[in-house]
Amino acid sequence: MNSTSTHFVPPRRVGIYEPLHQIGMWGESFKSNISNGNMNTPSHLIIPSHQKLDNNLSEDTSHGTAGTPHMFDQEASTSRHPDKIQRRLAQNREAARKSRLRKKAYVQQLETSRLKLIQLEQELDRARQQGFYVGNGIDTNSLGFSETMNPGIAAFEMEYGHWVEEQNRQICELRSVLHGHVSDVELRLLVETAMKHYFELFRMKSSAAKADVFFVMSGMWKTSAERFFLWIGGFRPSDLLKVLLPHFDIMTDQQILDVCNLRQSCQQAEDALSQGMEKLQHTLADCVAAGQLGEGSYIPQVNSAMERLEALVSFVNQADHLRHETLQQMYRILTTRQAARGLLALGEYFQRLRALSSSWATRHREPT
Amino acid sequence: MDRVMRMSSEKGVVIFTKSSCCLCYAVQILFRDLRVQPTIHEIENDPDCREIEKALLRLGCSTSVPAVFVGGKLVGSTNEVMSLHLSGSLVPLIKPYQSLLY
Repeated sequence: MNSTSTHFVPPRRVGIYEPLHQIGMWGESFKSNISNGNMNTPSHLIIPSHQKLDNNLSEDTSHGTAGTPHMFDQEASTSRHPDKIQRRLAQNREAARKSRLRKKAYVQQLETSRLKLIQLEQELDRARQQGFYVGNGIDTNSLGFSETMNPGIAAFEMEYGHWVEEQNRQICELRSVLHGHVSDVELRLLVETAMKHYFELFRMKSSAAKADVFFVMSGMWKTSAERFFLWIGGFRPSDLLKVLLPHFDIMTDQQILDVCNLRQSCQQAEDALSQGMEKLQHTLADCVAAGQLGEGSYIPQVNSAMERLEALVSFVNQADHLRHETLQQMYRILTTRQAARGLLALGEYFQRLRALSSSWATRHREPT
Repeated sequence: MDRVMRMSSEKGVVIFTKSSCCLCYAVQILFRDLRVQPTIHEIENDPDCREIEKALLRLGCSTSVPAVFVGGKLVGSTNEVMSLHLSGSLVPLIKPYQSLLY
């Protein structure tokens, strides 16, 4: 009965595919449903207690609905006052009628939502077919799609989809080559191709940042787990080193020293940029907050605020520059084989993050 | 421009900044972490601000601010400083000017 591709869980007793039938049923079986206690009604459909009629709906109700204190009075008086019975039955019918109307409105809401959901899913499928990169499940849908209205961002999302495909292909190749036997020249070529691939991503991001810096800052093209580790629109350079290092077994003393220095300078550069970002946030907040009370959404210092936002683009570029330089330095310090292993480790790390995002999203789709 | 030449040839690390520029702030933080106290020339409210910016660009700085000079020689802007630091070449350059304290 329920559509398996949605997250949408209708109330148990309501078949959203047969609303009219249900409403009919609702009216007829109203009394018995209450008494059987199997009515899974949302709270706004429960008869308000001031009508005090729940008590009269069934002769054998055992729930304490509001108004119970009057039950015994009514039972005692109905035998002596038939017109009271009539009045109560009328009130009963009225309550039932109102309840049916509320139920109808609710079901109509559900219907509309269901249609909207189907529409969104179709959009998603279409986008996927066209090569747009679409993150898992519902994580990115509402925000992701409003951005595709921007041609620069739409272009980026399409390019990114291709980028990931190529990335996966390169990772496969690295993996198979490292398990087998390969000449140093060949390996070097693979490593340089992989490096250039990352640099290409930074170039793409730079264009995207010009189109919409918030899109890049929020990592909207990434899966949810990747976004968790976001630092100024991408991965932390220091994290990169952390991921790579365990995979280098034999290192010369010079290499160990160089890596140590790189880690330290990378961390210092990262900290400096982080603090610069914080300052940017503070000054932007001050800009937005400035002015008298009661100005509503009018921003007295809007020009100043816009200038701050322009500065964000430089920050994104600087952060990518840092990532670029970190990769470059690692390549300089390591041997070709070590670099190949490092790039494989890095690529697999991001693949695992994406897989984790999928697992997480699918986990929530399981019926409870 | 004379003023720029004069200011940039001052001893030690000299940085031209604008108070509104947060990347300038980031570069200052970096030097502070490296135990250097650079001479800061804030040009935002300077009457010759535009001229100074043009001069800095002419000298070869990729962006007008921040413009970093060490020992009278232009090092560059944020990009160049970051690249130098990650390659390990920045510290030797500023070593003479590093404070022994903290």
